[in-house]
Amino acid sequence: MIRLIKDTLISQVVTLWRVFMHAFAKTDTVEYPDVQPQMFSRWRGRIILSRDPDGEERCVACNLCAVACPVDCIALQKAEDDEGRWYPEFFRINFSRCIMCGFCEEACPTNAIQLTPDFEMAEYVRQDMVWEKEDLLINGTGKYHDYNFYRVAGKKIGGKDKGEARNEAPPVDVRSLLP
Amino acid sequence: MAKITVDGIVYEVNPQNNLLQECLSHGLDLPYFCWHPCMGSVGACRQCAVKQYRNADDKTGVVVMSCMTPASDGAIISIADAQAVKMRSNVIESLMISHPHDCPVCEEGGECHLQDMTQMSGHNYRRYDFKKVTHRNQNLGPFINHEMNRCIACYRCVRYYDDYAGGKDLAALGSHHHVYFGRHEEGTLENEFSGNLVEVCPTGVFTDKTFSEHYTRKWDLQTAPSVCTGCGAGCNTTPGERYGTLRRIVNRYHHDLNGYFLCDRGRFGYGYNSSDRRITEASLVSTHDDEKGVRKSLTTQEAQRQFDAMTAGDVVGIGSPRTSLENNLALRARVGVKNFYAGFSAEQQRCVQAVIAINREQGLHCPDIRTLEQADCVLVVNEDITNTSPRFALALRQAVRNRASQLATDARIPLWQDAAVRELAQNELSPLFILSPQGTRLDDVATDTFLGTTAQQIALLAAVANIIDASVGNAATDTHGEEGARRIASALITARHPCIVSGISAGSEALIHATANVARALRKYSVQSDAIDVCFAMPESNTMGLALLMEEGGGTLDDALQRLARGEADAAIVLENDLTLRTTPEAIDAALSRTPAVVVIDQLHNEFNARAQLLLPSTSFAEQNGTLVNYEGRAQSSHQVFQADAALRPGYEWLTPVDPLSLVLTTSETILYHSAQTLSVLSGAEKLLPPRTGIQALMKSPRQSHRYSGRTAMNANLNVHEKKQPADRESAMSFSMEGLPLQKDASLLSAAWAPAWNSNQAISKFQDEINGELKQGCKGVHLLQRTLEPHVAARVSSSADNSVVYFIDHIFGSEELSAASPAITARSVGAYLCVGEADAQRLGLQQHGRAEISSGAHTAQLPVLIRQRIAPGAIGIYCGGEINRHAFANGVSISAVAEDSNVLVRSRQMFSELVISDSQQGRG
Repeated sequence: MIRLIKDTLISQVVTLWRVFMHAFAKTDTVEYPDVQPQMFSRWRGRIILSRDPDGEERCVACNLCAVACPVDCIALQKAEDDEGRWYPEFFRINFSRCIMCGFCEEACPTNAIQLTPDFEMAEYVRQDMVWEKEDLLINGTGKYHDYNFYRVAGKKIGGKDKGEARNEAPPVDVRSLLP
Repeated sequence: MAKITVDGIVYEVNPQNNLLQECLSHGLDLPYFCWHPCMGSVGACRQCAVKQYRNADDKTGVVVMSCMTPASDGAIISIADAQAVKMRSNVIESLMISHPHDCPVCEEGGECHLQDMTQMSGHNYRRYDFKKVTHRNQNLGPFINHEMNRCIACYRCVRYYDDYAGGKDLAALGSHHHVYFGRHEEGTLENEFSGNLVEVCPTGVFTDKTFSEHYTRKWDLQTAPSVCTGCGAGCNTTPGERYGTLRRIVNRYHHDLNGYFLCDRGRFGYGYNSSDRRITEASLVSTHDDEKGVRKSLTTQEAQRQFDAMTAGDVVGIGSPRTSLENNLALRARVGVKNFYAGFSAEQQRCVQAVIAINREQGLHCPDIRTLEQADCVLVVNEDITNTSPRFALALRQAVRNRASQLATDARIPLWQDAAVRELAQNELSPLFILSPQGTRLDDVATDTFLGTTAQQIALLAAVANIIDASVGNAATDTHGEEGARRIASALITARHPCIVSGISAGSEALIHATANVARALRKYSVQSDAIDVCFAMPESNTMGLALLMEEGGGTLDDALQRLARGEADAAIVLENDLTLRTTPEAIDAALSRTPAVVVIDQLHNEFNARAQLLLPSTSFAEQNGTLVNYEGRAQSSHQVFQADAALRPGYEWLTPVDPLSLVLTTSETILYHSAQTLSVLSGAEKLLPPRTGIQALMKSPRQSHRYSGRTAMNANLNVHEKKQPADRESAMSFSMEGLPLQKDASLLSAAWAPAWNSNQAISKFQDEINGELKQGCKGVHLLQRTLEPHVAARVSSSADNSVVYFIDHIFGSEELSAASPAITARSVGAYLCVGEADAQRLGLQQHGRAEISSGAHTAQLPVLIRQRIAPGAIGIYCGGEINRHAFANGVSISAVAEDSNVLVRSRQMFSELVISDSQQGRG
């Protein structure tokens, strides 16, 4: 009997005490929007398109984000400048469909598409949740500061000739007979 | 049949083949690069390694290349053996050491054989620490992109381009790990089949330049099985669409016709679909006094009302050989049989009718393209086949190699031992004789090319027929032909499988009869079968279909124009037909001047339809369903790939009156079904329609891949509320990714895909065996039956056609629609005049200078091309969409025009684009 009282009653009292003490604990929630919450840098929020360290658009319009997207909310079209660099002619994300899963970021071979901690994307008009490249492209490298796809890939673009990518020998002279 | 054991499972195989081919035939996944079903094995890439055991007791085994090992009876191999697996992964690792890490910016990405094979072989990370070899690229012209860094040196490109397609300007250059695949200098790839490099190359070295300009990954393309409209061969294609425009065309395997390869006209000639010459809205020339002659645009409803009002009275309907049967049938139904006229030029109509009669004759046989490849002696009469039905030319290049196959068979060398067979045969080729007014692109593999005018060719053919069978034809009149005729005749007689190829582009009925006479004479010597192969190439995608339809009644174009010129009709409906290509300007002027209302339904703006009162925009081949009949009389379905803009409607939709009370919808399918029931020439065509029973009746086939991306974003800029997927009321396909997966039902096979096989080489998963029939594919329905009794050859007088003017065709530019595609335009030339050296001297013409030609009231100034290889006295004219062929068909008078140097430079530049073979024969 005593054991029963000890197990239940004391437990109840302790619980009540703990709940009561929470009234004096530091709050986890904040008075949003008066107070802005502290977000983790890996939070999956608003999607951006970043630029490489040289300030050029990182996106090469490879379509891998679009195909990875489980809700098919990314559409883009490849274009190419005069010197061979690929870029998206348009890049559209329908945020009213996006589920912030981050698959696009994982799929991106150039670190162009990134999810940011910003979550304030509510709109009164759904049409306003369709974002184009002008809305998505930022003037910085985002979370990944150093990577530049074209410095690694062996495709010639303006400012980077054949043989100038990482680990590349100068172009072969086909007419040479030397070994 | 032999039996082999692969990883403990016994398979029945054909011992004539190699192990790789048999493993793939049985659906096993075994990586390979250098092997190709049409090009055999050379064992260059070492990727297809398997373990072979001597017998059941042998537990050690040896690693062999499966492509170089015959599938002999009792062979025991293992694909999964650890040593073989390790070997394959080491091989791919070393193939990849200089690969440039640029898949995201590679047009091949996502349909790359190298990606597939790398995954299959299990290579992930680069361990090689040294520098990658890099190469400079070349500009290979408007069709092909070159990115040499991606090369893995499998040699498929040169084996295809040089050995298979007969190209001369692509080679393996350099040595050891510096080997380079390109031209000796930058420049356009000359071969007419260069586009196949895109599919033959297992990586992204050669990619489609026109596709790259509006690039989309393979999985994002909406595709449907379609039929090429470039000529009358009926090659199967897979066009792909994204964001409302046609993006590219790739090959769709057809066992009997195109096999694995297309010509460049078919592959790159799609650009006209989105060219600025496209008619995008209905328009009407105003008749109000204050704005007389002004062309005003109409909405679809207004246009339909106007159309119905204008064509209420006596109407003449002119059909078209370049649009589907359905559109022609709808026009025929609207105007009635007695007001329906064929849109052929007069000589074309006569020729097609003659060809149909020959195709109906017992004892003769119209070969499909695969049968052509198997011929061991070919006679090409007059037709410049490389430029009119190019896919035939590629087949003929294989036919001349049958001598090599024969030698190899005698020496008991398997035919897939490509290098050995070539080494054995050296330059020995099967006989190929060409009769032509000028040197052709096949001359390098021809035994002899006889240059002669139409009359001379007829005389030579008569002599050949006479030698083969003395009861046929008349003896040769000129001695020049005598010796040649004997050579041709003896080659044809001794051949096991002779084949005669011609066409109707000369417009000479006498020549067709003379050609058929040779085949008829040959029947006596027929060895293999009781029918002799003879075929005639057709210039347009549905020439044969329209000609067959005309057998059910209807008049000729001349009848129609004369009736209009007499003012006996209130209106004329011209369906997808530029009449300036069919008849003289006078005939058109006379007809149009007396016709109150001319309605033209067409795709592209041209000189003729600018004169129409009412112009209705129609959909292109990719935007409508249709049935096309190829040169053999084989009807094939071409499916709609995507929905065009609402203003554009298929011809049959414009033409079919809408009955508001009727619940029955008129679709392409109902038109075909109904006509197949009522018209005897089309009986059997209903078999083209999808089955109406079983699962296919309930489920549609998807046009989109299972990983079609961007569906909720692609139109979100217009409206974020997504529209329902458009429903296809017409066909067995849906405009979505839902439906029967290809793996379950491939009867409507568009873009081949199988798990782990993303490139077009996935087609092997849909074939009965490699290079065999498609498991479920529809091969089309033959509409022509051999019902006529064998014909006794009648004499053809060589004076039946004395014309010295012949018209030149070019693969790029001669076909009306594809000529409007930017990539094709970049390769085409303007109108020119072609004469021999002696004639040029006589007429005082200068190479690349200008000449004035005149015939009656018509004159034109054309740049002159003086060729070495042209029949003496013959005058070649290439119209190039600039001059009217019919105005100059009855002989021309030529005079030189005084030159200024600017003109010379300009025309020299133009002729530098032209790919002709004028060298003396390369063979022997």
